Amino acid sequence: MGHTLAEKLLMKNTGIEDIKPGDIVITHPDRYLTLDVYSSHVLKKYNEMEFEMVKHPEKMVLVSDHIMPCCVPKSDPRVYNSLLELAERTGATDIHLGEGICHSLMHEYRYAKPGTLVTATDSHTTTYGAAGCFCTGIGHTEYASVLGTDELWLKVPSAIKIVIDGKLPRGVYSKDVILKIIGDIKADGGQYKSMEFTGSTVADMSMHARFTISNMSLEAGAKCALFEVDQKTADYFDMDLSEIDWIKIDDDANYEHVLHYRAEEIEPQLSCPKGVDDVNGISQVLGARINEVYIGSCTNGSIEDLAVVAEILKGKEVDRFTKVIIVPATNRAFTEALRRGYIKTFLDAGCMVSHPCCGLCCGMPFGLMSDDEVVLGTNNRNFIGRMGTKKSMIYLASPAVAAASALTGVISDPRDLY
Amino acid sequence: MDKKITGRVWKLPDDVDTDVIISVQACLLPTVKEMSEHTLEKIRPELAKQAKPGDIIVAGRNFGCGSSREMAPECIKELGISCIIAKSFARIFYRNAINNGMLVIESPDIPDSVEDMCEITVELNKCVTIDGKEFPIPNIPENLLKIVQDGGLVKSNQKVNRARIKGGNT
Repeated sequence: MGHTLAEKLLMKNTGIEDIKPGDIVITHPDRYLTLDVYSSHVLKKYNEMEFEMVKHPEKMVLVSDHIMPCCVPKSDPRVYNSLLELAERTGATDIHLGEGICHSLMHEYRYAKPGTLVTATDSHTTTYGAAGCFCTGIGHTEYASVLGTDELWLKVPSAIKIVIDGKLPRGVYSKDVILKIIGDIKADGGQYKSMEFTGSTVADMSMHARFTISNMSLEAGAKCALFEVDQKTADYFDMDLSEIDWIKIDDDANYEHVLHYRAEEIEPQLSCPKGVDDVNGISQVLGARINEVYIGSCTNGSIEDLAVVAEILKGKEVDRFTKVIIVPATNRAFTEALRRGYIKTFLDAGCMVSHPCCGLCCGMPFGLMSDDEVVLGTNNRNFIGRMGTKKSMIYLASPAVAAASALTGVISDPRDLY
Repeated sequence: MDKKITGRVWKLPDDVDTDVIISVQACLLPTVKEMSEHTLEKIRPELAKQAKPGDIIVAGRNFGCGSSREMAPECIKELGISCIIAKSFARIFYRNAINNGMLVIESPDIPDSVEDMCEITVELNKCVTIDGKEFPIPNIPENLLKIVQDGGLVKSNQKVNRARIKGGNT
């Protein structure tokens, strides 16, 4: 019997030769990430657990991104300082303060590599599954336990294979693909499961496009969202493909379901304010009024996303009464966007450009909406009140839809611009 | 942890996410007690004030989806809620609840069979009784039951570490 990607990666980490869904295995994660928001909680729990020392401080990554820079003087500086305190107490050395969003940094700095197992105190830890890395989120108490034990129990998940074949039409991106899938399988369709992606469309996708899918799969409840590795993966991580080409789906692996999609049939998709799985093709929501556009986040704030937006906005002006906020995911993406002239394009078009951070997606520190206001974002979730008051509304879409809509102040189809 | 709990039901819908349970802004308050005053305020504003020790949350599918924030089960526990029953749980919430020593039970039938504010009885690894009718519930996996019985992962680790120091085994 062959194996799914999740099984292969868990077998590699544990050294157990044959595992099946439902087995509980003890893993030793290769890297563990935590953030500003959780640092004080990790430290408190770690102290209460009475461990003598952190087993592998060199495996830790600490990132200040959610509350960076500090916004509310009463609470935020305390959060920032707790991360520094955690670093000092544990001996962690891989620390990134205000350099960008943790999940984007995890693959940009090659902390999360193909064939490894990574955990973090954040739900979107699924992101690096695009690189053939088994990665999944935990809470701060469990993180404290991992520091002291270097162990994490995991139940081997059953898996769904998602086969996407064909060529995506112009103006349709990986974000549209994953929104379409979430609309079909719903917000719990991947719950406890490994979502595994394959097919010719996936093979054509860049690493950044794949990261978008793995990131967003969490919104279907996925435990992990994995891709096979290929030459693009090897190049991105500066590895030899022969070291990692075992990260392939076996033909006789056992999948709970197999879903098939044709890329040509997918139009731009929007997740509508009722919930992340209330997904509609753009033709159903064209012309809906928006007050603000947010382009950024660990889902769609990469240099490739900024390139798509710059192409649409170049030489044009955004709608006068629509606030357009662009936030590159990392300093490297920001620097490259400056070098390529994208930032000037954004500013000339009348956008606001902000520093790399989680920003509006985590409800701070700027751009929040009040009752009945509508934001169209390229981020990953539109829960009630996530980006403002509980009566504000959130649409989620690709950077191309966001840029096209920024020009008009209503939801607009990027395919009309080509 | 008691083997038998009787409590009043707070009935909640499908897809209750952790942002709805506790917003990121409230998560920045210095203590869980202060945070807990905002628990579920977006959908049940009266819950935080009126919850009594022993109360039980009964929800639909995908309870605790979204962010990994552990403050969600911490706040629910702080209010004295003894147990959460749902058709299904988001996986990180499920782990976080167990790690905080909170009993979480998956059941496809119970949520559709209870009314808000009614009283039900939960017997660990056995059944839930509603209006005299017994609904069987699944056993909690052994490794998780141990954590719940220890009172959460902090106490579990504490116990191991204290035993190690006492035994002189470094």
